[in-house]
Amino acid sequence: MDEFLQGFIKAFELIVTLDPEVMEITGRTLAIAVSSCLVATVICLPLGSLIQFKQFPGKRILINLIQTFYSIPTVVVGLLVFILFSRTGPFGIFNLMFTPTIMVIGQAILISPIVLGLTISALNSVDRTITDTARSLGASGWQTAWVITREARFAVTAAIILGFGRAISEVGLALMVGGNIRGFTRVITTAISLETSKGDVELSIALGVILFFIALVVNVILNGLQQRK
Amino acid sequence: MAFLETVDLWQRRDGRDLLKNINIRVERNEVFALIGPTGAGKTTLLRLIDLIDTPASGKIFFHGVDTAISDSARLEMRRRMAFVLQKPVVFNMSVFDNIACGLRWRGTGHRQIKEKVNGILETVGLAEYRNRNARTLSGGEMQRVAIARAIATEPEVLLLDEPTANLDPISSSKIEELIRQIIMRNSMTAIMATHDMAQGQRLADRISVLVNGEIVQTGGSREVFTSPRNRAVAEFVGMENLLDGVVISNEGNMLTIGVNGTIVEAVAEYAAGTAVSVGIRPEDVTLSLSKISSSARNSLTGEISLVVTAGPLSRVEIDCGFRLVALVTKRSTEEMGLEKGKRVYASFKATSIHVIKQ
Repeated sequence: MDEFLQGFIKAFELIVTLDPEVMEITGRTLAIAVSSCLVATVICLPLGSLIQFKQFPGKRILINLIQTFYSIPTVVVGLLVFILFSRTGPFGIFNLMFTPTIMVIGQAILISPIVLGLTISALNSVDRTITDTARSLGASGWQTAWVITREARFAVTAAIILGFGRAISEVGLALMVGGNIRGFTRVITTAISLETSKGDVELSIALGVILFFIALVVNVILNGLQQRK
Repeated sequence: MAFLETVDLWQRRDGRDLLKNINIRVERNEVFALIGPTGAGKTTLLRLIDLIDTPASGKIFFHGVDTAISDSARLEMRRRMAFVLQKPVVFNMSVFDNIACGLRWRGTGHRQIKEKVNGILETVGLAEYRNRNARTLSGGEMQRVAIARAIATEPEVLLLDEPTANLDPISSSKIEELIRQIIMRNSMTAIMATHDMAQGQRLADRISVLVNGEIVQTGGSREVFTSPRNRAVAEFVGMENLLDGVVISNEGNMLTIGVNGTIVEAVAEYAAGTAVSVGIRPEDVTLSLSKISSSARNSLTGEISLVVTAGPLSRVEIDCGFRLVALVTKRSTEEMGLEKGKRVYASFKATSIHVIKQ
């Protein structure tokens, strides 16, 4: 018990003194999670509109499939990315393994089903008369999609924030394709995992507290949005 | 060449015919009303005309051009029309942005949008709500926004789908007045759907009556009201007394018609033996306590079965071999002591009877 208390005190010190290593890891974690979230959003918003507004055979099955991937284990995505990008894989020539870039790619793949699926259901919940009104006012296909997305903006934002939460909190993928290289690909979760196994509980607790704090901020934003709705 | 024309238009959904063989022609600057009960297909037809939906078969011509050319041509044509939906629909943004939508989508310049929208806000009396979120407005105000948004683009055709159906009576009459002003001032071509016969008469030059997906009668608004072509139209335009009978004799178009053993005299051109429906408006029936001699050819006697008073008028149902409804003033009802079980004489002129062939 004493050890934990010591750990917390040390962790608090690390945070308030803006310990360079803690700050560096936190900064990288945020940068990678935000980037992967942006990539996923840029791909999933238009793709979501396309799936929602176009009629095609197998649409229902596709949406079910996307929803199934909500709970795909992070290590499975890690494995997939590993196979694709390792030296002998089809994208091996890009030489991206164990870089922050591959972590962004991996996390984007990981959270895309969530962002995509929740975007589709957000758009789907917008009243049909909104679509009719937009079209009758002379909106083109994309202008209509834009106005629908705008109407569903709170739910779409919630989808993106949920994606962000999954990206920042996962460890399996970051470890497998990032490699937890100190000063290069080490992020909060991989650092906690390593430091704890090494017995350095203070740094782990400090990083854990920061991760918790980020989660708290995200939750507050999410709640705020839902109350506005 | 008609301004807007539909040719043999059909619409189907789930194996059911929603519209059957619709042919209408609307001329420029004309106000055309589609009248019919709920579920008759009015909205379906308006959606086809606005090119939101595509018909199962048939064609729509706008300025004589077939609208089924390409998606981009349909969009271009749709941009020359505007459609106000039955349910007031506003986007979750400010009143100003709502009204500016159509203009923005057409690529109108920033300054021009501002000028135009501000002008329209004055017209519809919403200037003070300019920056308010449109979702916070009342139903009547939202419908104002919807109308303002529709006319902002200066459409060549304004389509209105029961624009007052979901509103309270006061908002409803205000919106109707606004629509009338806008149509008059801009001498706009308008097609409106309504289930309110009186509203159709007030606003429209011509009326088509739509029943069960079919147009049963098209004509001037007065004509449809006074000479419904069949039973369905007659019921719809408020001929509450519709009695089935057979023509017994025709002497110089003076008909004697047998209705449930009672003789009714009317003026029409049907030969003896023809099965007909006799339409009498409740307001054309006069009641008296004793048999009076007058020029009215028909005088029947019966017992009152029901009296319902609403506002200044009373609706009196009389059982005279068949049910006959009369509309009299509340004052007469009181002075004559009309009540259930009382025996009265009901008279109506032969010329106020509308005879429809079955």
